[in-house]
Amino acid sequence: MFRFLSTRLWNGALVMIGVSFISFLLFNYIGDPVNNLLGERATIEQREAMRLALGLDQPLVLRFLSYLSLAVQGEFGVSYRNIEPVGQILLSRVPATLELALCAALLALGLGIPMGVYAGIKRNAWGAQLLQVVSLVGISIPSFLTGIILILIFSVMLPWLPAYGRGEVVNLGGWTTGFLTVSGLKSLVMPSITLALFQLTLFMRLVRSEMLEVLRTDYIKFARARGIVDRSIYFHHALKNTLIPVITVAGLQLGALIAFSIITETVFQWPGLGLLIIQAITFGDIPVIAAYLMLIALLFVTINTVVDLLYFWVDPRVRIS
Amino acid sequence: MNTSTLATSAGDSAPSAWQRFLDSDFYYSFRRSPTAMVSALVLALFVLVALLAPWIAPQDPFDVAALDLLNARLPPAWLEGGQLRFPLGTDGQGRDLMSVLMYGLRISLLVSVCATLFALAVGVTLGLLSGYIGGKLDNLIMRLADMQLSFPTILVALLIDGLSRALLPRTVHERLALFVVIFAIGISTWVQYARTVRGATLVEKSKDYVHAARLIGMGPLRILFRHVLPNVLGPVLVIATLSLGLAILTEATLSFLGLGVPPTSPSLGTLIRIGNEVLFSGEWWVTIMPGLVLIVLVLAINLLGDWLRDVFNPKLK
Repeated sequence: MFRFLSTRLWNGALVMIGVSFISFLLFNYIGDPVNNLLGERATIEQREAMRLALGLDQPLVLRFLSYLSLAVQGEFGVSYRNIEPVGQILLSRVPATLELALCAALLALGLGIPMGVYAGIKRNAWGAQLLQVVSLVGISIPSFLTGIILILIFSVMLPWLPAYGRGEVVNLGGWTTGFLTVSGLKSLVMPSITLALFQLTLFMRLVRSEMLEVLRTDYIKFARARGIVDRSIYFHHALKNTLIPVITVAGLQLGALIAFSIITETVFQWPGLGLLIIQAITFGDIPVIAAYLMLIALLFVTINTVVDLLYFWVDPRVRIS
Repeated sequence: MNTSTLATSAGDSAPSAWQRFLDSDFYYSFRRSPTAMVSALVLALFVLVALLAPWIAPQDPFDVAALDLLNARLPPAWLEGGQLRFPLGTDGQGRDLMSVLMYGLRISLLVSVCATLFALAVGVTLGLLSGYIGGKLDNLIMRLADMQLSFPTILVALLIDGLSRALLPRTVHERLALFVVIFAIGISTWVQYARTVRGATLVEKSKDYVHAARLIGMGPLRILFRHVLPNVLGPVLVIATLSLGLAILTEATLSFLGLGVPPTSPSLGTLIRIGNEVLFSGEWWVTIMPGLVLIVLVLAINLLGDWLRDVFNPKLK
């Protein structure tokens, strides 16, 4: 067990070191930081002073270490686009993305698992067959197209829901939330559906196939022989055992939601991290790109490690081997 | 191997490759699956249109002289105000949407097929080497694969494409844009091939024919590519089909986000992006038409991939 955990942690650390080195190279070697800060007309003495002040005369390894120590404190330099500290810009965008991802995750799990259970129990009913077809179509539609179609129907044809932005937000001590206003909630509807759709079909297919597998096993037959009612068999005996892979996949998909939110946020002009990175890429805003790289890598490494630990905790078989 | 092939191979002439194909299990199960036949037909039609676009498109959408702004924003022919000359309507610059779509399909398929082949070449080579040589190389390749797998494909492709945009000067990037997209999508999908091929190679490596080949003094590369490779190709074909669908979606997504292919050679994703900008002026067809083509294309490929997976799955036989 210790071996397993230490490999995982070491892998995670390697990814972080690799990504932060890329991000460091980007930050320091693309464009000339001295020029970016002083402008073209600075004198040679000013440039030299700036180089010294920035520590540009030091060896690569030392500069990398000082970049890391600043990054740990949330210092990622200044954005080229709107001359604000990158750390602050990123922080101000986090709530929008997290609220969107949370709604999408609830939607995907809350609908996907029951639909999968239904399709697994009544595998030959026409409703279950229909769900299979719908799910295949669901994974063939790119999410940006889902978003566009939703906007076309519910904003252009029927003026029910806002097509762009977060609506009115309330500021709770630095955390802006859209949960507390009507327009904020209305704005959440279409982006959450768009973001959730792919994961929803994924969970549905996963739970369905796991249910089919578990329902074939002997202990379910014995439970039936003991005369236990169907509902108890399905939910207490079968569903419980399908949840192990679901937990792992759900954990990994949480990260995927945040990655996919780049697309959803672009469609709906949702002011989160995803829209920020797309704007930064099109503008060539290197400090923001570099910081985003670090942030997203950290997020994924954390999620993967936590999922591995969860796996340990949920499935006793892993612990023994 | 069935009796008919045995009989003919014992006769004067060996059966032609085509005859062997018609006799195979593969063709038999293809003829028995309506889904597979319809998907293959749709896919063949799309590929044909994409290949022949310059000759069969009613209009050359890149020839500015042929455009007339008076024809701009016409709806599809079956709607009021539509003209038969423009069956699917026109866009904001008066271009025939059907012609634009044919050319867009061409770019989408070109990029995604190249990306899939690139990923296949990289993944299969690394998988073979990793499985056959083992040891430190195996460890290194599989660790790289693990690390990459912890990030979603689309994110990897997006970051590679985005970084290349930030790194290369604008003029250089515009010239290389198509290759950059192919590289980005290819690199983001090699892992699956490598893992599958590695597993299959580990099994094949200890079989008698490999030992025999080694005994007669054949070099490892020759053994790998001439003898082991043909035996692990089945699952590779399945992955290639399914990941072609993924590659098309990834390309469309990148182009929709304004990354991806350059605006001078618009793909389906670029067309959807352009259409999205005029969504609110009621010209829904400019977005929805390329969207429909994209969905039908990917659906056909996914259905075909699912069928292939069942054919190559020994458990289901």
